[in-house]
Amino acid sequence: MGTELKLPWFEKIQVNTSATERRAATYATRRTMKKEYQAAWLVKALQCIDLTTLAGDDTPGRVHRLCEKAKRPLRDDIVAKLGLNEVPKVGAICVYPTMVPHAVKALRGSGIPVASVATGFPSGLTPLPLRLAEIKYAVGEGASEIDIVINRALVISQDWQALYDEICAMREACGAAHMKAILATGDLKTLRNVYKASMVAMQAGADFIKTSTGKEDVNATLPVSLIMLRALRDYGVLAGFKIGFKPAGGLKTAKDAMSWQILMNEECGREWLEPNLFRIGASSMLADIERQLEHFITGRYSALVHHALA
Amino acid sequence: MPSVTEIMNTMDYGPAPESNAHVKEWLGFHKSGFSHFIHGVYLTVSNAKKIEVTNPANGEVLGHVSHGTAKDVDEAVASARKAFKSWSKLTGFQRAKHLYALARHIQKRERFLSVLETMDNGKTIRESRDIDIPLVARHFYHHAGWAQLTDTEFKGYGPVGVCGQIIPWNFPLLMLAWKIAPALAAGNTVVLKPAEFTPLTALAFAEICSEAGLPPGVVNIVTGDGDTGAALVAHPDVDKIAFTGSTDVGRLIRQQTAGSGKKLSLELGGKSPFIVFEDADLDAGVEGVVDAVWFNQGQVCCAGTRLLMQESIAGSFIAKLKTRMTKLRVGDPLDKSIDMGPLVDPIQLQRVTAMVKRGEAEGGLLTQAPCPLPEKGNYFAPSLFTNVDTSSSVMQEEIFGPVISAMTFRTPDEAATLANHTRYGLAASIWSENINVALDAAARVKAGVVWINSTNLFDAAAGFGGYKESGFGREGGKEGLYEYLKADAAPATKSKASKAAKLFATTTSELRHTESGSIDRTAKMFIGGKQARPDSGYSYEVTSAKGKGLGLAGLGNRKDIRNAVEAARGASAWSSTSAHNRAQVLYFIAENLSARADEFAKRLTQAGSTASEAKREVEASLERIFFYAAHADKYDGRIHSTNSKKQTTLAMNEPFGVVAIVCPDEAPLLAMISLLMPALAMGNRVVLVPSQAQPLLATDFYQVMETSDVPAGAVNIVTGARNELAKTLADHDEVAAMWYHGDVEGASMVEKSSAGNLKSTWVHYGELNWIQSEQAQGHEYLRRATQVKNIWIPYGE
Repeated sequence: MGTELKLPWFEKIQVNTSATERRAATYATRRTMKKEYQAAWLVKALQCIDLTTLAGDDTPGRVHRLCEKAKRPLRDDIVAKLGLNEVPKVGAICVYPTMVPHAVKALRGSGIPVASVATGFPSGLTPLPLRLAEIKYAVGEGASEIDIVINRALVISQDWQALYDEICAMREACGAAHMKAILATGDLKTLRNVYKASMVAMQAGADFIKTSTGKEDVNATLPVSLIMLRALRDYGVLAGFKIGFKPAGGLKTAKDAMSWQILMNEECGREWLEPNLFRIGASSMLADIERQLEHFITGRYSALVHHALA
Repeated sequence: MPSVTEIMNTMDYGPAPESNAHVKEWLGFHKSGFSHFIHGVYLTVSNAKKIEVTNPANGEVLGHVSHGTAKDVDEAVASARKAFKSWSKLTGFQRAKHLYALARHIQKRERFLSVLETMDNGKTIRESRDIDIPLVARHFYHHAGWAQLTDTEFKGYGPVGVCGQIIPWNFPLLMLAWKIAPALAAGNTVVLKPAEFTPLTALAFAEICSEAGLPPGVVNIVTGDGDTGAALVAHPDVDKIAFTGSTDVGRLIRQQTAGSGKKLSLELGGKSPFIVFEDADLDAGVEGVVDAVWFNQGQVCCAGTRLLMQESIAGSFIAKLKTRMTKLRVGDPLDKSIDMGPLVDPIQLQRVTAMVKRGEAEGGLLTQAPCPLPEKGNYFAPSLFTNVDTSSSVMQEEIFGPVISAMTFRTPDEAATLANHTRYGLAASIWSENINVALDAAARVKAGVVWINSTNLFDAAAGFGGYKESGFGREGGKEGLYEYLKADAAPATKSKASKAAKLFATTTSELRHTESGSIDRTAKMFIGGKQARPDSGYSYEVTSAKGKGLGLAGLGNRKDIRNAVEAARGASAWSSTSAHNRAQVLYFIAENLSARADEFAKRLTQAGSTASEAKREVEASLERIFFYAAHADKYDGRIHSTNSKKQTTLAMNEPFGVVAIVCPDEAPLLAMISLLMPALAMGNRVVLVPSQAQPLLATDFYQVMETSDVPAGAVNIVTGARNELAKTLADHDEVAAMWYHGDVEGASMVEKSSAGNLKSTWVHYGELNWIQSEQAQGHEYLRRATQVKNIWIPYGE
């Protein structure tokens, strides 16, 4: 998916923040989905969720529970009433490297991929050899997707060659596993930095670009996502590759899911609504989607405890 | 309805209709037809002709409104006149409470008004819900504040009286708010005529007025068509006309009101530039185009319809724009996922279609959004013209539809030239991430509203209105209030004034002896910094009040005016020189005039003043020059507190450019100075016709200017027959503003002729007390010498 480092593709990029904010504020006011359409879009969103647990107190038991939920994210009666041909599954399970073997075991045969964060998540400031070794460990344990974090210092110092080289090394370490590059946009601050870092990550071979670790002060926002999508689209025109996008952190509600789906559809198109090009990093969003779907079926507002805990 | 599984394949948005049940109920209630709203009640006119109101999305009849006759207008004006007596006497606080109540009631009915507006006009529910109606409420809130503050913030001003207001169909309720809120805040009462295509929200507003307890007659709504509007314009008891609409109708109104003494504000058409520099955020610019020209189906007077792109980025900008166009959705405007609804009326669809066909016939390449259009309704696809040039009709003429025409420029200089090479001057949108490029373009573009890295931003706190043939007057902001205020000290324009004497060229046999002994002096004209002989080769005799011959003055003609305007046009450097420098020149004029004070006093006594009067006039002239020299760098603009954080809105006072000044016969030195100096101080270049009776003061005065570093062409003096010269000036399309002091016929003629290029006029036909500073000096003169440009600068990183 990558190319050589091509500075002319991004060095002169201009991003007007207030115009970007104005545009981002109107996706959800220009498009909306109701009734069957909303239900369909929400099931689709569910299939794009990277169901995530990235906490210091994660245990094999906790991961096991999450994996079971990933396999059966919706109650059987809801699946039936929606008229779905099969039980939908989430896009992936996303965990820390040491939890990968437990997730792999729990998901065996389900077809749900295991994603692992790596490279000194969330700060990315451990020595490069250790960061690469971490990738290899996770891949070795069976992770088929690796969410790497980029070295923000190299963005702030605008050292694109060094950033490119690091991500290339990570790409190589991933082997056959898909690589999602987390830009930690909350640390990059300016939207120009976001665009440039997006381009470098894609040139270095990222399959996905991802907004946040979930640990920065500001996580995924629509304006930041819009700029990453513009980079992704420009890269598609220039390099001819389709790159995926993953917002993460702060997306909690069904409404959030739809806002980002509208963004994807408007900026990139229909293909970017499928899990091979769109993932949502979230832990609590699923529960809200379940409730909304139940409301669609029954016309009654649902309670959280009526759905299995993730 | 497709199944969930099917939708998961197509991922269509599906229908998302906004309910219109409440509006339908209301329309049902008025099924028998709407009446005018006069003196607080719905006045049912028997045998009245009715106008059918339809929904442009599907042709369905929404209701019938009355066709207002001259008699209906008469009743409404009488009601407004009656109400004016008490309404204008209310305290600011009392009026503020009424406006506040209107704002609250509008807010409580936001959804109803949004749905009604969408059904009547065809604009998308997103726009009526998120833009139009919130701005309506905001306008009333903001002006509730002005009602409270007019007494203290506008000392020396009072209400105008009864205002006739005629509004267009593109933003029906918003335009109503822009008209009614400031009028009421300032203490006026109104008769408003909504557009015949879209009268319904105005009638809903009438109900709100009743409900909110507005006194009867303060707001009157008369529905109808152009004839109704014409009756309102012609009504003798209307003190002010405010019109928003086409430039053609604006011209007619200017001609019709000429000489009536009615105050007038016009907000007319545009062909606004949308300038994209090579260092712009191109994707943001593409979204800007969407918001500029595919907003409200492009039926927006300030729409950026001339896309000017720097050559280096034109290719990629157009490519991005075409990609974006594939995402636009056109359809039922009540659907919440629609970007563009139908045009307002089949007639408008025909107009737009014809203009686009002509653009294609002229060689323009048309790209249209590929979205499907509904079979019924007045739909037109979002359109882009490339391969067009300055000479293409679609680059020059206002289409008032969803059509943008694109061409390139090479340099920022060329961008400014292309942007300004139009008869219009309403708005401009400028896209660059370089502050120098952006602000330089903002300063150079001749338009009343400039949006940097944005477009179509509106707020009650900022003024909106045009330069050139886009009209005059502002709506919104402090500058907008003046349109509904009258200076207390303004002279009574209806008093009789002396007619200009008929002038005859002198022949040698008629010449009387002037003072013997001195060397004969020939008073020439002053054009382009040089003394110039009259083109006619004729002079006329100047006599004292008692008929004694004082000398000869050139008998100017249209060619002298042509030369003078040409010289003034060329002296544009005066408009961009620093205010400090202009002040220095004015002080220098005072210095040099002071040195020759006795000589000027003598001239005045020869003309008929007593010695003490003459001395006083010269003294007052010196003081007046000092007054405007002082103001040259102090008549500041404002920074408006528009309704958004991270945004600066600069209201800059800019000179008009070439201003024509026709002086009265009386106070030949002081009146000239009183008019010339504010215009000059604000950076205008002036063509001045001095007192016809006593031009020699002016011809002496140019010698003072010659020694005072006044740049060539900044002031030009043409002597001769006042009204003949005034006619040529009023007809001249390079003259941007004109002040006239003379007789009724002249004033009327100036206003009528000004319709040609819609120059801003300020006419008087009553005698002023030129010595008195309350009348003959002050802010009003500076305000008349400038036009306000609002520059919106959103910022943030």
